[in-house]
Amino acid sequence: MNPERVPGTLHDFMRQALQMELDAAARYAEFADAMETHNNREVAALFRKMAEIESKHAEQILSEMGWSEMPGPITARPAWEGFEAPETVPIDEVHYLMQPYHALTLALESEERAERFFAQIAEAATTEAVRKAARGLQEEEREHVELIRDWLSKTPKPDRNWADDPDPPRYTD
Amino acid sequence: MNDVVAPAEAGRKPLTAANYKSSYKPVWCPGCGDYSVLSSVTKALATIGVPPEDVAVVSGIGCSSRIPAYTSCYGFHGVHGRALAAATGLKVARPDLTVLAAGGDGDGYSIGGNHFLHACRRNVDLTYIVMDNHVYGMTKGQPSPTTEPDWDSKLAPGGTGVRSFHPLVIALASGANFVARAFAGDPNGTADIIAQAIRHPGFSFVEVLSPCVTFRPEQREWKQFVHPAAVGPTDDPARAARRIMTDDGFNIGVLYAGKRKPYPVGDKPATKTVEDLTAEFSL
Amino acid sequence: MNTTSRGVRRSISIAMAGSGGSGVMTAGTLLLDAAAKAGLYGLMVRTSGPQIRGGEAAALLRLAEAPVDSLDDGFDLLLAIDWQNIHRFADEIPIRAGAIVVGDADEGEAPEVFLRNGTRAEAVPLKKMAKAIPGSWTNMVALGVAGAIAGIPLEALEAALRRSWKRGEAALAANVDALRAGFEKGATIGALPALEAPPTDRSRWLISGNEAAGFGALRGGIRFVAAYPITPATEMLEWMAPALTKVGGTLLQAEDELASINMIVGASYGGVPSLTATAGPGLSLMTEAIGLAVTAEVPIVVVDVMRGGPSTGIPAKSEQSDLSYAVNGLHGDAPRVVLAPTSISDCLATTQWAVHLAEKLQTAAIVLSDQFMGQSRAIIDEPANTGVVAERLVAEAHEADYKRYRNTESGVSPMAIPGTPGVVYTADGLEHTEAGIPSSQSADHQLQLDKRERKLMTHDYGSAWADVEGEGELAVITFGSVTGVVREALARAAERGVKARLIALRLLAPALPERLERALDGVDRVLVVEQNHSAQLLRYLRSVYDLPGRPESFHRPGPLPLRPGELADAIVEWRNR
Repeated sequence: MNPERVPGTLHDFMRQALQMELDAAARYAEFADAMETHNNREVAALFRKMAEIESKHAEQILSEMGWSEMPGPITARPAWEGFEAPETVPIDEVHYLMQPYHALTLALESEERAERFFAQIAEAATTEAVRKAARGLQEEEREHVELIRDWLSKTPKPDRNWADDPDPPRYTD
Repeated sequence: MNDVVAPAEAGRKPLTAANYKSSYKPVWCPGCGDYSVLSSVTKALATIGVPPEDVAVVSGIGCSSRIPAYTSCYGFHGVHGRALAAATGLKVARPDLTVLAAGGDGDGYSIGGNHFLHACRRNVDLTYIVMDNHVYGMTKGQPSPTTEPDWDSKLAPGGTGVRSFHPLVIALASGANFVARAFAGDPNGTADIIAQAIRHPGFSFVEVLSPCVTFRPEQREWKQFVHPAAVGPTDDPARAARRIMTDDGFNIGVLYAGKRKPYPVGDKPATKTVEDLTAEFSL
Repeated sequence: MNTTSRGVRRSISIAMAGSGGSGVMTAGTLLLDAAAKAGLYGLMVRTSGPQIRGGEAAALLRLAEAPVDSLDDGFDLLLAIDWQNIHRFADEIPIRAGAIVVGDADEGEAPEVFLRNGTRAEAVPLKKMAKAIPGSWTNMVALGVAGAIAGIPLEALEAALRRSWKRGEAALAANVDALRAGFEKGATIGALPALEAPPTDRSRWLISGNEAAGFGALRGGIRFVAAYPITPATEMLEWMAPALTKVGGTLLQAEDELASINMIVGASYGGVPSLTATAGPGLSLMTEAIGLAVTAEVPIVVVDVMRGGPSTGIPAKSEQSDLSYAVNGLHGDAPRVVLAPTSISDCLATTQWAVHLAEKLQTAAIVLSDQFMGQSRAIIDEPANTGVVAERLVAEAHEADYKRYRNTESGVSPMAIPGTPGVVYTADGLEHTEAGIPSSQSADHQLQLDKRERKLMTHDYGSAWADVEGEGELAVITFGSVTGVVREALARAAERGVKARLIALRLLAPALPERLERALDGVDRVLVVEQNHSAQLLRYLRSVYDLPGRPESFHRPGPLPLRPGELADAIVEWRNR
């Protein structure tokens, strides 16, 4: 998080939080499609579930703020650093043979990043409204982290040779 | 400058990136940088607001060239290496359309190399997006013109030994009016660059570093090497040339935004009918 | 099961399917290897979805007691590691009545399309069995199951596995265990009719058509190759890259097909026998420079591994639809040699012959292979070396009054190789005098056109021009990979009392009217069989040959292969009409 870009108003802050949830949902949906196309049904279903969950969080934010849809773009740069929002799983972290454990690990990491982000916002916030909202979201993310940790503990670890595909790549064009 | 349509007519909802995606699921390998480029293209088009039916995406052959069907724009999946020729014909015949050409480094710089030079020279108002992964992915891993000379492959064991192609410098030297480098790991930044490219008059060239997770897994390191360009774009080709020839290949941003006039299209309305021309033959 | 044309011997057909890293191609390859070790013959075709990795895939095998050149009518065993998207291959995996269909119960039921015809459905917990042996793969269990049902000895399967293994001892041991476990299980399910390895001390090879063509090229004397990747020819070029270096040659990757064809013209002009390989779209691009080679009389060989057309078409599937283009597709009157190997094994000798013809006749030779032959692997008897090699007629230094394009009786003129003093000339695509000076004169044009035609027409092509087999008043004419299907169909038709001749053309251009007339002596009805939509071979034959009566056609475009059963039925029905 870049402290110089910490949002000054509740509106700006919640808009960024909403963007985070929407970006995360869109990314998970994309992953779900890619996994389905590559016959990795189990992980596809898992990503589909994560996309649903993130969409629900987005809806929660909309309803809390009384927004019927995404408010117009803010002119200030988002407070997060790096290419993408903290809750978005980077596009190159997936593998066509990945297992549910991997997918959950990615989800866990993104929730942890989100939690850290909100904590940092809360620290650096210049207004009480933002600080309060950030703490609230941080708390929620902490719950998500716990949920995923629990889910992960019930998920079998991948075999050592999970990435082994004896067949060579095929070409089609 | 494109005759860009104003974002939303009264009562029509503003377009979002989702409006530019078709329902076909890409068959790219999970992790492929091209997913990100697809996302960036849709975001860029949404920012500009041109309706999808007024956009044409023209491609050649290869993994990246599959992109047209994944958008909800008009698409043309042509033959290997000839996307720019087809895109040029389309734009000159239909100047009202927003025309994007897209493809990979093999398609664009190898077999497409000749058309690339001349498209830059001609400076027709188009945007050319190359998803560069330094390999021929679709045919299973042969070196492309941007592959490092020492990259081992079946077709060129030990490496080609041939110096890699420098597309941005070639584009600049050939007359491209807008030259930029982007990175697939930064979909928002790339979307922004593509939007600028579309808006900029003349031939706009965006080279997107788009890692291939299947044949070049080491390219996952690229995200550590890329960095924003230290300075903004220049409109002086010589200065741009010096910068680009001496950069590290991971300098991201708009590097050159020139002032050449685009190839004139649609500026000559008819002055005669066909039958008027018989005057030339009549005795 | 079925007879092949070589007598009352039998074959079985096995399909192995799976997706997402299940490794069915590897399993299929090992099954073929094991069959080879067990003294059997066979071939394997691969098919898959559009994904580069992780897609649905199937290995289609036919194992036999004698060499087989095509797939059979249907499969006796389908083993699926999972059923994901397998409907994509349903057309390619016709299941015989009474076949065995094996799946993993945890992956759901077999799709209905595979259960018609009274098939026997069996379930084996393939994944669970692999899981129970840490470090092992499901496809090895599957291989064991399939191998047992197919009657391949365990030792042969194990030997194939060990020979291929590159990942360390511990993993090998686990997978051997998995293989054995699968084998044990498979043995309880049942067995297909056992194949008996023929007694033979002949040396045998396991090879793909693309490799065979590459090797044939080297045998013929090719030492320069320009390459541009294109499905399904790329493997031929990739095989040749290191092989050429080993024998002192060079392969250069070109920027496109316009470059690759011009590169080989240049290299050959310099005296080095040269070749390139491509597919339909690439052949289209190469046309202008092929014409240049013909006109400037520079020997070149172009291998076209035919795929579904037109345009980008169906890149990973086979079709015989470039024939018209190969025999006609040059502007102007530009005769050239067109050959077509009749089987995976024949890719070797025919490509070798192409090199010889191109060099001897100083012309362009196009070899029409196809995706089926190019990318399938087969167990073949070691092909004899025909011994034909490049034999270019070369000008001596300081030959008096040297004229590059001097008219000769044969039509072939000695070619000066750069570096040879006293016989310097400029090669030209422009029409030229005998000395090679550009000319628009009618006498020169007539002479050179006659010469370029005569050199092809008067050459003695020997007996390799076609395989002519059998007797009777009916003749079936075909070319390329369809030859194997026709041969088998004719054997079956013969069992039903219908005899017909087979004429499998290996030399498609130039046309040799006298030869075909002799081959058709006594024939009053002709059936032309081919795998394309517009009956290209029939049309071509009618344009250059006189065929008896009204020739008929059995043709179908790709992607599905022609099958011996349907062809046998068609032949019988045709005779009885």
